[in-house]
Amino acid sequence: MSMDAVFKALADPSRRELLDRLHARNGQTLGELCEGLGMTRQAVTKHLAILEQANLVATLRRGREKLHHLNPIPIHEIAVRWIGKYEPAHLRALSDLKTSLEEPNHEP
Amino acid sequence: MSHDRFVYVTFIRTTPEKLWEALTTPEFQRQYWFGMHVDSDFKPGSPWRLLFEDGSAADAGEVLEADPPRRLAISWRHEWKPELAAEGLARASFDIEPGDGTVKLTVTHEIDRTGSKLIEAVSGGWPRILSSLKSLLETGQSLTRDQTVTRAA
Repeated sequence: MSMDAVFKALADPSRRELLDRLHARNGQTLGELCEGLGMTRQAVTKHLAILEQANLVATLRRGREKLHHLNPIPIHEIAVRWIGKYEPAHLRALSDLKTSLEEPNHEP
Repeated sequence: MSHDRFVYVTFIRTTPEKLWEALTTPEFQRQYWFGMHVDSDFKPGSPWRLLFEDGSAADAGEVLEADPPRRLAISWRHEWKPELAAEGLARASFDIEPGDGTVKLTVTHEIDRTGSKLIEAVSGGWPRILSSLKSLLETGQSLTRDQTVTRAA
């Protein structure tokens, strides 16, 4: 599994949007993923194939349905490779701080 | 029926036999599973228990399918946090497929309900366990060797 494939797959905003949608709701069919997206079914199919090749999406067959799941393992491996040696709790605290400061309703 | 399900796929440079051994042997498990290990003979119908270092159980269940070195399926019942235990039985499966120099491991964890706190809880643990397992099999060193969890944690 090449890390190049992971970064290449993540470089496209449409593919990141598909991952966001799976993060919000895991195990969707192609039809469900296409709903409300400004992309053709063919484009979504193509993007999903690239995500699956990069191992960022894992599919399961359940009866006649093919369900798409976000596979967090490659992103976790990126984290382990470059940030794993730092104290995870500190990084999480910084990340939480950023999230809370950037919230739209945050009052300074 | 509605499910909550996570699917994790990792590719490991090893053999299906070694991966099966790593999944089912306490000496291996302790090295990548935060110091925990599984007590079971991994035969269909047998019980299994995931044990903390102090011997108390975190999770338990029954072996549903065991087809070494290809597939292991187990029922999964949480044992110590009441709100998670109340969700009842989940299922986990481990599918091992040999490929070109690597072995594909697919871990599926699912429960017949939505909004499951159990599935949410395990979703954070599996990526760390699987990355550590991969590291152990490929380099001889796990990533969680110095990290253990205890019941109090």
